[in-house]
Amino acid sequence: MNGLTSYSYAPLLFFAAIGAGFAVFSVAAGALAGPKRYNRAKLEAYECGIQPSPHAEGGGRVPIKYYLTAMLFIIFDIESVFLYPFAVAFEQMGLFALVEMVLFILTVFVAYAYVWRRGGLEWD
Amino acid sequence: MSTLAALAATTDNPVADFGDTPWWLSLVKALLVFVFLLINTLLVIWFERRVIGRMQQRPGPNRAGPFGLLQTLADGVKLALKEDIVPKAADKIMFWAAPAIAGAMAFVSFAIIPMGGTVWMFGHKTPLQLTDTPIATLLVLAVAGVGVYGIVLAGWSSGSTYPLLGGLRSSAQVISYEIAMGLALVAVFLYAGSMSTSQIVFAQNDLWYIVPAFFSFVVYVITMVGETNRLPFDLAEGEGELTGGFHTEYSSLKFAMFFLGEYVNMFTVSALATTLFLGGPAAPPGIAAIGDGMLNGGWWGLLWFVVKLWLFMFFFVWLRGSLPRVRYDQFMRLGWKVLIPTTLVWVVMVAFIRAAELGFLGDSKVSLLGRDFPRATLFIIACIALAVLVAAWFYDNHQVKRRAELEEARAMDEEIDPFAGGHPVPPLPGQRLVEPPLALSAARPAPVTDSGSEENRG
Repeated sequence: MNGLTSYSYAPLLFFAAIGAGFAVFSVAAGALAGPKRYNRAKLEAYECGIQPSPHAEGGGRVPIKYYLTAMLFIIFDIESVFLYPFAVAFEQMGLFALVEMVLFILTVFVAYAYVWRRGGLEWD
Repeated sequence: MSTLAALAATTDNPVADFGDTPWWLSLVKALLVFVFLLINTLLVIWFERRVIGRMQQRPGPNRAGPFGLLQTLADGVKLALKEDIVPKAADKIMFWAAPAIAGAMAFVSFAIIPMGGTVWMFGHKTPLQLTDTPIATLLVLAVAGVGVYGIVLAGWSSGSTYPLLGGLRSSAQVISYEIAMGLALVAVFLYAGSMSTSQIVFAQNDLWYIVPAFFSFVVYVITMVGETNRLPFDLAEGEGELTGGFHTEYSSLKFAMFFLGEYVNMFTVSALATTLFLGGPAAPPGIAAIGDGMLNGGWWGLLWFVVKLWLFMFFFVWLRGSLPRVRYDQFMRLGWKVLIPTTLVWVVMVAFIRAAELGFLGDSKVSLLGRDFPRATLFIIACIALAVLVAAWFYDNHQVKRRAELEEARAMDEEIDPFAGGHPVPPLPGQRLVEPPLALSAARPAPVTDSGSEENRG
């Protein structure tokens, strides 16, 4: 096994910088390279040729369903966040970790069954 | 405290040795990986159009360059010379930032993918992998999470109806499938005992994880299609419903960034699937044995890696060529009601199997098929098989009963007119045939009522 110093995060930054540089350059270049022909109708929102529907300030209102999905996502994401270290350190921790994790998953499962019964997972 | 220290000491660091990789070599490698991704993207777009063309019995693009290979390049140049339209109602800053985010974030994850063995490069011995960390796989999930911002902001900032709907759909879609994807990966971590990609590849020397973690593989493949917004799950840009979805208002190279991001993301998720389930750059089992592993490792690894990567690419194209788009509620139901609970149960099963293998549940072994299995493993697998059978039996019984109830409750008219639909239909048991109307009464015009005349006028 190698020491802690063998890997580093620096190449990740190099790579991210190259990717970001390319993306920003392309977006800027597209604006500069293309022609500019002003046309009033072209700058309206596209709605298949009909008069665009008026748009509320700040994006308007969004169905509450999306909010519910986001809340449920957080619950399960936290669950996977707890499962990751458990999975990695499983060999070292033994039977205790197994029992604990089964209890934890069961607890979340109760919440999941409740949400299902209350119709939180229906999409209409 | 001492247990914590012991845990920290045994924490799995990457196997890949970056000790002999100076920073400038990392920079060169980063450039090489970047170019590799760009060229592959150019190729895969051509490949997709050609293969879909063949599937639909037409040739596909074949004019630009040999076999039409330069088609994507020509399209890119065309896009660069198009007008860059910013709608009047758009939020200017976010409208600019969104494609940049989508394009930039697509690239980052590929840095931790092991693409080959250890090779000599400019006088240094370095792994064919940009970098690796103990949390490499987590990093991919995190970057994918940031990439969603590109799509959501694009939809929101366009100031238009269809992009807004597409962006919202896409955010709900990606986060829903990210759960199942994250849970499916837990099984791999349980087997490998590490989140470092090189460590996971190393741990698959014996057996690729597609065998012991097959269900995880299936779930991962389904969710990776959902995560990359590809057919049959491309609801964020369903052209039948939302014209172009989140990128309806985008044009020129801004649109190209979304396009590029989508294809690079496809490569990233495929590369992760290769790494986690198909042994990464390892040669296939038969070939690995030839000549004491002479075709395994080093630059050969790159070949096997690219072959596996492109098999996934073909799979993506194949899906697109054969499946229609699913409905949004069906898609969400699959994610929340099928994938998440089954994956959770699967993770618990794998934890038990793993515990038995590690001897947490007793030490007695049974010899079977030339290998030693712990008695507990066999017991657990038998229990799981039994549980699956019982569940299937209950489910089947339930279905049969439900169908019978539905059939019982089906509304049936007392009388039927055998010629109503224009062709004779025999009556069901208990139904009476309608007496044919007399010729005279049938010929009489219908009585004129108020409501009837109202309808006629309307």
